[in-house]
Amino acid sequence: MDTEFMRKFLPMYVKAAGLTLRLGAAGILLSLVVGAVCCWVRFAKVPVVRRVAGAYIELARNTPLLVQLFFLYFGLPKVGIKLSAETCAVTGLTFLGGAYMAEALRSGMEAVDPVQNEAGLCLGLTPAQNLRFVILPQALATAIPAIGANAVFLIKETSVFSAVALVDLMYVAKDLIGMYYKTDEALLMLTVAYLALLLPLSIAFSLLERRLRHAGFGRAV
Amino acid sequence: MEKTVLEIRNLTKRFDGAGVLNDISFSVREGEVIVIVGASGCGKSTLLRCINRLEQPDGGEILLDGKPVGGGDMVAVRRQIGMVFQSYDLFPHMDVLGNLSLGPVQALKRPKAEVEAEAKAALARVGLADKLHALPRQLSGGQKQRVALVRALLMHPRMLLLDEITAALDPEMVREVLNVVLDLARDGMTMLIVTHEMRFAEAVADRVIFLDGGHIAEEGAPDQFFHHPQTERARQFLNTFEFDSIKKS
Repeated sequence: MDTEFMRKFLPMYVKAAGLTLRLGAAGILLSLVVGAVCCWVRFAKVPVVRRVAGAYIELARNTPLLVQLFFLYFGLPKVGIKLSAETCAVTGLTFLGGAYMAEALRSGMEAVDPVQNEAGLCLGLTPAQNLRFVILPQALATAIPAIGANAVFLIKETSVFSAVALVDLMYVAKDLIGMYYKTDEALLMLTVAYLALLLPLSIAFSLLERRLRHAGFGRAV
Repeated sequence: MEKTVLEIRNLTKRFDGAGVLNDISFSVREGEVIVIVGASGCGKSTLLRCINRLEQPDGGEILLDGKPVGGGDMVAVRRQIGMVFQSYDLFPHMDVLGNLSLGPVQALKRPKAEVEAEAKAALARVGLADKLHALPRQLSGGQKQRVALVRALLMHPRMLLLDEITAALDPEMVREVLNVVLDLARDGMTMLIVTHEMRFAEAVADRVIFLDGGHIAEEGAPDQFFHHPQTERARQFLNTFEFDSIKKS
């Protein structure tokens, strides 16, 4: 192991990790928004739109992110829409993640006993108050493990961003291997970098999940 | 002569074309306790659920204090009609105090401190003073159902709808819940009660309504209904609670 090499290029990894984290976080947050909207139109049974949401979810979940990115980055300019590499990356990640988040939120909503809704309405709560105080806290508690798994999954998926010339962790590793043939060092640092990003996230979600269960949320006892 | 709280006129409800409630009419006076009995599937629960619009009736009219229910603001109507279900349906993510104060604080916008003080006193009256901060899953069925009753009462409703509130309970817990309901009846709470506890029905009711096939087949004072039923259907129904005729020896 060439520790001198590793020390020299560590700043490049740190910088790339920053990009991975920044784009990943943006994608995750926007995915939650898209997922919430999709989940809402399906539960509120908004005509036509719910079918569109259903079709989108199937499309996004059954095509690879790399293909989605190529479509955005190389396909759209052909019809005159030119987006920056970062915009393409976040859009692609959101397109993919929105579908997964919609399904995670749906599983949470479906786990709430329909009678809970009636009990809230019978107390004279408005539908909005009922959603906020009765339904969502229970639905989110059930959905948290799936949301956490999706967040970790989405950050890992950012490793295809290098395909559209973004200098993320994967890009740096491939670059260093190509230039210096230090394959072992470059890949070790790549692995450690992803672990450094994702382990804390996984642990944070596990703790949150345990706390919610301890607080007596949902049916999990 | 007491005021009429609830009036139901020609209420009709169909599920997939089949009539569940046909032309139901009756009224409930202030402080009156009406028990609705009948075989399962006769429309008892549907009747209660139509009153606060958990189900949409297909025809007829429901008046609360003379004002038609439905069409307009159902939230306001539901604030005046409390309902308790068979399955308690406490909110599992809130402690007992949270369950009790959610409605008054959010729906009625009453001050939290005032509501919580009232909740504590009300809980003590049903023998659960020490359960203020317990979670629903830490309570027995009977305790949960008493909390659910208090939750409905803290809204200070005009009337209560009780939908088979003891059907999921063990016999010894049935008693503790029914005692609370008997107390409420004595205090003059207007109630519409669906139950299979015939002895309780006889004790608590001012009037009994027997539903059969979506119709009111018989209606009368509990004394008369339970001991001298007028219709053959009512006699058959009441006989299903007797085991004398099929004793082993």
